[in-house]
Amino acid sequence: MTQPLQPHEHVVIIGTGQAGVQMVDSLRQNGFTGPITVVGDEPHTPYQRPPLSKELAGSSSIVPLPLRPEGFFDQAETQALLGVEVTDLDPQAKELKLSDGGRLSYNRLVLATGARNRDLPIEGADLQGVHGLRTLDDAENLHTALSEAWRVVIVGAGFIGLEVAACANKLGKEVTVLEFADRPMARALTSSASHYVAAAHTETGINLKLGEGIASLQGQHGKVTTAVGSSGEQYPADLVLIGVGVVPNTELAENAGLKISNGIAVDTQLCTSDPHIYAVGDCTTFPNHFTGGPTRLESVQNATDQARYLGALLVQGNDDDAGYRELPWFWSNQGGVRIQIAGISAPGDEAVLRGDPETGKFSVLCFRDGALAAVESINAPKDHMAARKLLVGDTSSLSREELSDPETDLRKLAKSIR
Amino acid sequence: MPRITYHQPQGSQQTIELDEPAPLMQTALRNGVPGIVGECGGQAMCATCHVYVREDYLDQLPEKSEDEEEMLEEVASPFDERRSRLGCQITIGEDLEEIEVDVPESQV
Repeated sequence: MTQPLQPHEHVVIIGTGQAGVQMVDSLRQNGFTGPITVVGDEPHTPYQRPPLSKELAGSSSIVPLPLRPEGFFDQAETQALLGVEVTDLDPQAKELKLSDGGRLSYNRLVLATGARNRDLPIEGADLQGVHGLRTLDDAENLHTALSEAWRVVIVGAGFIGLEVAACANKLGKEVTVLEFADRPMARALTSSASHYVAAAHTETGINLKLGEGIASLQGQHGKVTTAVGSSGEQYPADLVLIGVGVVPNTELAENAGLKISNGIAVDTQLCTSDPHIYAVGDCTTFPNHFTGGPTRLESVQNATDQARYLGALLVQGNDDDAGYRELPWFWSNQGGVRIQIAGISAPGDEAVLRGDPETGKFSVLCFRDGALAAVESINAPKDHMAARKLLVGDTSSLSREELSDPETDLRKLAKSIR
Repeated sequence: MPRITYHQPQGSQQTIELDEPAPLMQTALRNGVPGIVGECGGQAMCATCHVYVREDYLDQLPEKSEDEEEMLEEVASPFDERRSRLGCQITIGEDLEEIEVDVPESQV
């Protein structure tokens, strides 16, 4: 049972990404008038991450897109401590220690600590010319390096790796992508969609090496020159981007004794194992209505929707609240390939095509226990938007024949089951 | 110099002059224009940068892409078949030198 916030309560939010900033916005929009403090370890005014990997233009410097217009925190009467890290959380005293020596007391705490790039423990990972991409600082470094690089090797064919690969390829770089698995985006896409993506990138001239891990990075004078694959093959490189996923920032919560399960574990109302501490966004493992189990998601949609949900819940309290249950959706732009995913597919789902991949425009419908569970759309935004409506309804009455027939208007169908 | 005028629902307005071509949504966020969210960062995924283009500029607009058409179905304020557009999909300073838009009441 979440008690509604009283106006004297101090809400502290840790994190200034999508989730943290939306949290401030939602608390105020729902009418909370008490004090709010937001603490973020990045010194920058909160900015948008999605364009950083999708719009690497390679010439002039990056002008980040702000998450909210200038003056947002002032207008929201929120104290923003930027460039400050929270070094300790004491749930008993309800107090935080800060890297600038300060302390903050809270009545309610929201952890929106996000995730960070997974390190690759290989020889040469610390050479100059080896990059990761998550923050604005990362993007600026990559951007500068890309303008001087000719041969780009990308480790990992996930969202970030392939988005950057497509940008670099468009800039005329010689791009090689090394992927340990036998297909790209294996964690996010079914094999039909995955194979299409592989073919599309190969066709544009990207050298996509599947089943090839990374063994080491070699350099000269401290600068990377070669990526050595797990097969032993050597790939000359002026620039290496490591894109092998992220790990949630759970240390603060873990040291405070909160329950951790891949991410910071929360219940359906996004409350951690401490009744005064909540968690939202990439750092959170929550009971997911659509997967039927504890899930951690990395997406703008999940970050903003969870923050919206929690903002309303904290202000209004809950009597008959069903918990957070927004449909997950994701997207990626990779050159001419626009991938949109609604719902979450699982190994064992039956994949049925809607449309013909040969046309460059199709969807993969994923059925679980006979019902539609997820839809992956490639250059098919109509299917994607209809899927987002279909999947929040009861799809059990819809046959795969009807759904997979390109003549079927999915939007109409979604209205019919609502 | 290319410019964009944003009219707020309460009647106030702001005109931003552009040094280089830029989309309506990004210009709003960078210049503190309220009422335009752009949650997905300008990727035509979220329908939170909805604007109503003023009559005088309608015939100069670029065609809507399929992505934009689909997202416009999702806007939070009333959809106007002629005037509703996504701010991230309209760039000023290339073909179109000037535009005036009305910012809707809500985006979410």
